Amino acid sequence: MEPIKNHLQVQEAINKYANQDVYIHLETTNGAYASHHDQTFFSAGAYIRNALVRYEHGKITGTDPYRVGLKINLGWIYAEGLTHFEVDEQNRLLLAGHDNKGKLAVALEISPTPFE
Amino acid sequence: MEKERHVLVVFPHPDDEAFGVSGTIATHVQNGTPVTYACLTLGEMGRNMGNPPFTNRENLPKIRKEELKAAAAALGIQDLRMLGYRDKTVEFEDDEKLANAMLSLINDVNPSLIITFYPGYSVHPDHDATGAAVVRAVEKIPAAARPKLHCVAFSNNCVQELGEADIIHNISAVAGIKLAAIQAHRSQTEQMFGDVTEKLKNQDPQMMVWINNERFWTYKFNK
Repeated sequence: MEPIKNHLQVQEAINKYANQDVYIHLETTNGAYASHHDQTFFSAGAYIRNALVRYEHGKITGTDPYRVGLKINLGWIYAEGLTHFEVDEQNRLLLAGHDNKGKLAVALEISPTPFE
Repeated sequence: MEKERHVLVVFPHPDDEAFGVSGTIATHVQNGTPVTYACLTLGEMGRNMGNPPFTNRENLPKIRKEELKAAAAALGIQDLRMLGYRDKTVEFEDDEKLANAMLSLINDVNPSLIITFYPGYSVHPDHDATGAAVVRAVEKIPAAARPKLHCVAFSNNCVQELGEADIIHNISAVAGIKLAAIQAHRSQTEQMFGDVTEKLKNQDPQMMVWINNERFWTYKFNK
């Protein structure tokens, strides 16, 4: 994963997957121990893996950390807090947000084939 | 530590074995007792990936699988089983199916002692769900034929509600092996390890108590 420095690179990758079937991995997390270490902390998160969608367009916005939104046929997908990206060897666009300790806080991944 | 015929350790994540029970495992192995470690997931949802990150969500499980094998090798575990569940989803599995899977495992291994998490007192939902499935499985065995069940607990309320642990193993004789097991899970422990190494060098009293003492609660069955 590389820090997102040039958001146009990410925009190009997002454009490539528009108007075709893609599989989405989306997660947000504070970690399972957040409320254990700080009992006043309200821990929340969500996770979806291998949601099959099509988006008509997608957009990256913001200035480090970034936001990405995908307009799908009947609704929306978005993630915020994104700091890193990679197009991996399986041609998947992996986006993630790492906090200032390096811990993953959010991930949005777009793949033409199902995730394992 | 009492000599066992065969020990079965059941935890959901690679590295669960390292912190709380690896000294106990290493001691059993040194006593000539076979140890089976069944690890339900590959810790696919781990949040630690180095800083700056050296991997990504999709490759992390491959790294953690190799780390798990390395930790098992460091501890001398001969029988490592990866059960193929997915991190953070164990509690959503069908309860009965999961208990039956644990029962088949127990029947296959035929242990004299099982080590797992104390359901309800182990913080992470996967920990509680794993412990609960093992308890349900053991409850299916007639009381007289059951293996012993030693549970790890560390929720903030565990001592208040369960009382003090009834088993405390001082594992200082194998502390070096324990540290090797913790270090084997590099992706998850390296960042904290800088601090740990420093504290060990200074024989930080709190750290030495944490490293050297492994505590268990014998599970009390209602049925």
